[in-house]
Amino acid sequence: MHPAPSIIFFTVFSGLGFGMLAFLGLGKPDVSGFTAFIFFAIAYALAVGGLISSTFHLGNPQRALKAFSQWRTSWLSREGCLAVATLIVMGLYAIGVIFFNTRIGLLGLLGAILCVCTVLGTSMIYTQIKTVPRWHHWTTPLVFLSYALTGGAFLTGQVQVAAAGLVTIGVLQILAWVIGDKRFAGSGSTIESATGLGTIGKTRMFEAPHSAKNYLMKEMVHVVGRKHARNLRIIGLVLLSLLPWALLMFFPFSHLLALVAILAHIAGALTTRWLFFAEAEHTVGLYYGQRG
Amino acid sequence: MNQPVINLSPKVSDEVRKTTCYMCACRCGINVHMKDGKVAYIEGNKDHPVNQGVLCAKGSAGIMQHNAPSRLRAPMKRVGPRGSGEFEEITWEEAYDIAVGILEPVRRDNPEKLAFFTGRDQSQSFTSLWAQGFGTPNYAAHGGFCSVNMAAAGIYTMGGAFWEFGQPDWDRTKMVMIFGVAEDHDSNPIKMGLGKVKARGAKVYGVNPIRSGYNAVADEWVGITPGTDGLFILSLVHELFKAGKIDLHYLAQWTNAPVLVNGDEKSEDFGLLMRDKDNKLMVIDRATGKPAAFDKKGVKPDLAGSQRVKGVTHRSVFQHMAEKYLDPQYAPEAVAAKTGITADRIKRIAAELADVAFNQAIEVKQTWTDFRGETHDKFVGRPVSFHSMRGISAHANGFQTCRALHMLQIILGTVETPGGMRFKPPYPKPPEAHPKPHCKVTPGEALDGPHLGFTHGPDDLALKEDGSPARIDKAFTWENPMSSHGMMHMVISNAHAGVPYKIDTLFMYMANMSWNSSMNTRGVIDMLTDKDENGDYVIPNIIYSDAYSSEMVSYADLILPDTTYLERHDCISLLDRPICEADAVADAIRWPVVEPDRDVKGFQSALCDLGARLGLPGFVNEDGSQKYQDYADYITNHIRRPGVGPLAGFRGNGDEHGRGESNPGQLDAYIDNGGFWMEHVPEDAAFFKPWNMNYQDWAVKKSFFDKPMPYLFNLYLEPMRRFQLAAEGHGTRQPPDHLRERIKETMDPLPIWYSNEEDNKADEYPITALTQRPMAMYHSWGSQNAWLRQIHGHNPLYVPTKIWEENGFKEGDWAKVTSPHGEITVPVAHQAALNENTIWTWNAIGKRKGAWALEEDAPETTKGFLLNHLIHELLPPKGDGLRWSNSDPITGQAAWFDLKVRVEKAATPADVQTQPNIPAQKSPVGKGPENLTWKLGQ
Amino acid sequence: MTTLPAQTEKKLGLVIDLDTCVGCHACVVSCKGWNTENYGAALSDQNAYGKDPSGTFLNRVHSYEVQPETGAAQTIHFPKSCLHCEDAPCVTVCPTGASYKRVEDGIVLVNESDCIGCGLCAWACPYGARELDQAEGVMKKCTLCVDRIYNENLPEEDRQPACVRTCPAGARHFGDLGDETSDVSQLVKERGGFDLMPEQGTKPVNKYLPPRPKDEQIDILAPLLEPVAAEPTGFLGWLDKTLEKL
Repeated sequence: MHPAPSIIFFTVFSGLGFGMLAFLGLGKPDVSGFTAFIFFAIAYALAVGGLISSTFHLGNPQRALKAFSQWRTSWLSREGCLAVATLIVMGLYAIGVIFFNTRIGLLGLLGAILCVCTVLGTSMIYTQIKTVPRWHHWTTPLVFLSYALTGGAFLTGQVQVAAAGLVTIGVLQILAWVIGDKRFAGSGSTIESATGLGTIGKTRMFEAPHSAKNYLMKEMVHVVGRKHARNLRIIGLVLLSLLPWALLMFFPFSHLLALVAILAHIAGALTTRWLFFAEAEHTVGLYYGQRG
Repeated sequence: MNQPVINLSPKVSDEVRKTTCYMCACRCGINVHMKDGKVAYIEGNKDHPVNQGVLCAKGSAGIMQHNAPSRLRAPMKRVGPRGSGEFEEITWEEAYDIAVGILEPVRRDNPEKLAFFTGRDQSQSFTSLWAQGFGTPNYAAHGGFCSVNMAAAGIYTMGGAFWEFGQPDWDRTKMVMIFGVAEDHDSNPIKMGLGKVKARGAKVYGVNPIRSGYNAVADEWVGITPGTDGLFILSLVHELFKAGKIDLHYLAQWTNAPVLVNGDEKSEDFGLLMRDKDNKLMVIDRATGKPAAFDKKGVKPDLAGSQRVKGVTHRSVFQHMAEKYLDPQYAPEAVAAKTGITADRIKRIAAELADVAFNQAIEVKQTWTDFRGETHDKFVGRPVSFHSMRGISAHANGFQTCRALHMLQIILGTVETPGGMRFKPPYPKPPEAHPKPHCKVTPGEALDGPHLGFTHGPDDLALKEDGSPARIDKAFTWENPMSSHGMMHMVISNAHAGVPYKIDTLFMYMANMSWNSSMNTRGVIDMLTDKDENGDYVIPNIIYSDAYSSEMVSYADLILPDTTYLERHDCISLLDRPICEADAVADAIRWPVVEPDRDVKGFQSALCDLGARLGLPGFVNEDGSQKYQDYADYITNHIRRPGVGPLAGFRGNGDEHGRGESNPGQLDAYIDNGGFWMEHVPEDAAFFKPWNMNYQDWAVKKSFFDKPMPYLFNLYLEPMRRFQLAAEGHGTRQPPDHLRERIKETMDPLPIWYSNEEDNKADEYPITALTQRPMAMYHSWGSQNAWLRQIHGHNPLYVPTKIWEENGFKEGDWAKVTSPHGEITVPVAHQAALNENTIWTWNAIGKRKGAWALEEDAPETTKGFLLNHLIHELLPPKGDGLRWSNSDPITGQAAWFDLKVRVEKAATPADVQTQPNIPAQKSPVGKGPENLTWKLGQ
Repeated sequence: MTTLPAQTEKKLGLVIDLDTCVGCHACVVSCKGWNTENYGAALSDQNAYGKDPSGTFLNRVHSYEVQPETGAAQTIHFPKSCLHCEDAPCVTVCPTGASYKRVEDGIVLVNESDCIGCGLCAWACPYGARELDQAEGVMKKCTLCVDRIYNENLPEEDRQPACVRTCPAGARHFGDLGDETSDVSQLVKERGGFDLMPEQGTKPVNKYLPPRPKDEQIDILAPLLEPVAAEPTGFLGWLDKTLEKL
């Protein structure tokens, strides 16, 4: 799949924002006034910024409101509804915390649950896509959730949770890769099943339908070199998990160090998210001679 | 459910205008849907005889051609050096003044100094009239570099070939064999026909080195080695003879197989057919055992006949055939290695042909009378049919190969029978019904007759009194005595060399000679731009007409901009290249469904103007005034023979068809009728047309000819024997000595096969390189079409598995392809379903930078390429001090498909562009828009 | 509207004959022409005359090469457009309800005025049947020429999809695949029509007819080629005898 920057930013930063909000909803850290304002401002900037980023992916963003209508069937619609609901609930909660120094625990809990649901909603947009076997698996929501919560913990200064999260994230990410690498072959879709020509013999693409590229090829037939992908996986994993974990565990805490760790983590998340898309193979590639 | 309400019956268009397509040469009927006076959508015309509603990719993309940014805008005068593309737009008056200034002195002093060649012209009966009026012998269209072998072999052998001449009886045939079918000749009818055959579950054989297109759907693919089709066919003939699976009755009745051949070696007529005192072909009558005229009532021509006169035995053609084709050199085992087809398979195919022709014969009940006066109560059909075009034509042995294919059809008794191959009116026509070539030049006057035609012996050659060629292309000379369509591919190189003489002006139409329509493209570019010691161009004047900014435009001095096909009048005439069907005679028109929005003019209308300004006979009235105001005027009012004009329909008062006076309302009548006229062949005239008097009488009524002319199929082609006799020393017109042996060898009056390998250095260059035309592109035209160029914007070189593996090729690799003449470096792709000694690519995708209003980095210019750089108009030197033409020695047909090459892996070129890469020409029309959203209605 | 109807009154679709398709692209361009001028936004083209042209097409013809265990490789031309699946995943993922499957005939359509151009439906489709128009930012797909097949401004015989009307080889058939007695259903039954990627569970309405067996090396006709004479010279004797009988 085409690793569109808008979507990578959307998933990474909205995840971070909602992860952060979840912790804030649970009162971690228990802040108020201007400090709370800063925390909430960062969280909202990430969540809303991520959501706005996603609209850059749209052909007609001015109609984006229509996307709230189909929550009964569409995960994208659900995600949108959940995100808005979360932002409203957490907004009310934040007003209490910032301006009235009042933490309505139940509202915060509800908001935190909604945050988790929103991130799950985001992940389900991809998980539901059966045509991309790598995504269509339980590892996807777990990975998304672990990214959001780890990042949220990190950004809200929950060092212990973050450290545990960084380990979890690394393990889950490796698991997702190992399983994901076998998903397409295991899906049963082949060029022979795609064309129905397998009864005659071994099939391969002879000529693409057009010599010119098209939307499908640009969007869904993205090919990333195997060596390139392996290197990126290592870099991504180090930045995402190993390096920040080491910085948290083996060095005395300092804000500068924490900042470095967070930035490394975010850079790692962007890298692995890039791979999440770039390595995802869509069945339509079969028609274009990929995996032929 | 709460579904949106949509309009299921939107208005389709304001109006439908019906005209004829020109996105290729197929000439389908189209419905042009108009909105606000503009072209909105194009679809096939359901009533039209050619396409019956269907339309190919090209036709459906017509709107993008009509609106192409590459369209020329006004007449232009060259202001930069030739090839630069620097022009200045001028008025038509200025353009005519320049043209007259060039042409008037030529006509006055020596009309042969004008070479007028019209490429993919569909108005040859008009353009040739203009050239005749001018008085130059140098006129032809593109047939010589296309498929003259097929056309000429068909007409000489049986009165017609394929495509415009005939087609398989798609509705009845039980087995179709297609040989080397280029995917556009003729485009839609073949697809429709194959579709019908497939729907019935009948069998399709594809004989072609490449399994694509029609050959992909063939039930059996015979991946033959290029250039060996003739050998394969003669092996089938051998097997059929050996097994006696030949239609003896058919051969005896309708062909010259029973005609006696003069066997007197000492005679001047040795090898010619015997004639009686009335000059009629002579057969032995099996009833009496005596010689008789072939057409005598009640005669039973004897295939085994022979006559002994003065100690010399004159045997029938059939006996000569039996002797020739039973020879073991044609046994399947003997030809298997050369053709790449196993002996078993050849035998199996022969058996299948025999089975379908003889065991599965069909009958159509119908009373009809043959030319001998005998009445029959049925048409017996042998439901095996064939179709073939360029693939077997474009070889130096193509004429004989096409003859062999026609002979195969004839010995199976399939031609003009139900389920076999059927002629389309106005064909069949025997070669004698066509004109002979004319070349007598008189300064200031018209030529003595039509330029092109059919030679029947040395007397008909186009030679000057000193024996030198009369024509610039050397057509109808000893080098290629039966070059019926002329030899457009030789014009520029001969004119540049000044051989046989120098010319003053090259005047061309719709022929991309500086690019994909020439062999040796780079060389031709140099010839067009070469200057003499005085600094003048060696070819002094070049006038060119085209609708688009092609590569050729940049090499002309004066450009006459043509219209698009939707802006013009045209006639698809029975006098020209007709569009009839086996069951119907038809002709059609084009008319301006939109008026040009630029200062352009249909080329034919421009010729009417120019002809009048030059005072050409046929183009001025007695008082010297302009005879035809434009082409539409000519179409309506020109009279070719009494009662016969360009269009056969709606003559007289509009109710006469075939013959009748000019009708001023004729074009309107065509428009009202959907752009065409059609009349069905009567049922009793539907088959056996060459011998069926019901057909012959109807054909006279419809003006195809002026008196019935039944004839015999020429299995034995006597004109060829006449040329051989000359080569053997008989007669007064004698070939030059260096050509004698070749004429004797190649001009066998019975079909033969000879190899082209040695001439093309196959020992050093063992691989044949071919091109095929994609179904969604026509020549160079497709690249300017925003839709079609997405389908074929560049072309890889397809390589068979053996060569792919030998070279260790991988996807994305490049190869250097070398021929005796040159080399190219191009991207490769793998194809398994390909003859193992053949490589190929799509034709004419590669473009010169700056042409066709494309951006200079368009894939057509960076990744597209031409094979033309590897092909020379002359064969590689043989060491005899002569350079022989790379053409068929009989017809002069360009031997495109004899190209032999070597292939090796190459590094990707530094600029990642195909090599050679010719520098850009300046676009005289600018560049196209970046994005298109083409919609008229909302 | 992204709920799929439980069932549709008809199942209109195409049957594509891979035995007959010659790969001419007529259907591709005819579709482009009709749908540029009709339903919804034009099918636009980018870099139309430039380096990297690309445009929206609703139907494309692929070519494949198939190597049987024995014998020559085969070339198969393979047109592909929306299959109007019964269980269309492209519909249910749509966040705005722009994508829907018509109850009357099962045609899957995009209501362009509701489409935000998120592209998710194109991702959900296993077949690559949907293309996002780059000029208009809305999802385009085969409409089965819904504005032709019922169009009272067209003559009755023209009320079929543009691709079917134009196909020169007759390799495309249009009809109701929900009606077992329809011509298309009969064709599917006779010729063993199949689904593309059945494992995706989309239940496509469009069917493909397989290429008939090719290059079968059967040889039952050999006796037909028995020589009429042992020696070439014997041929004339046979000829004479045979001519007597004619």
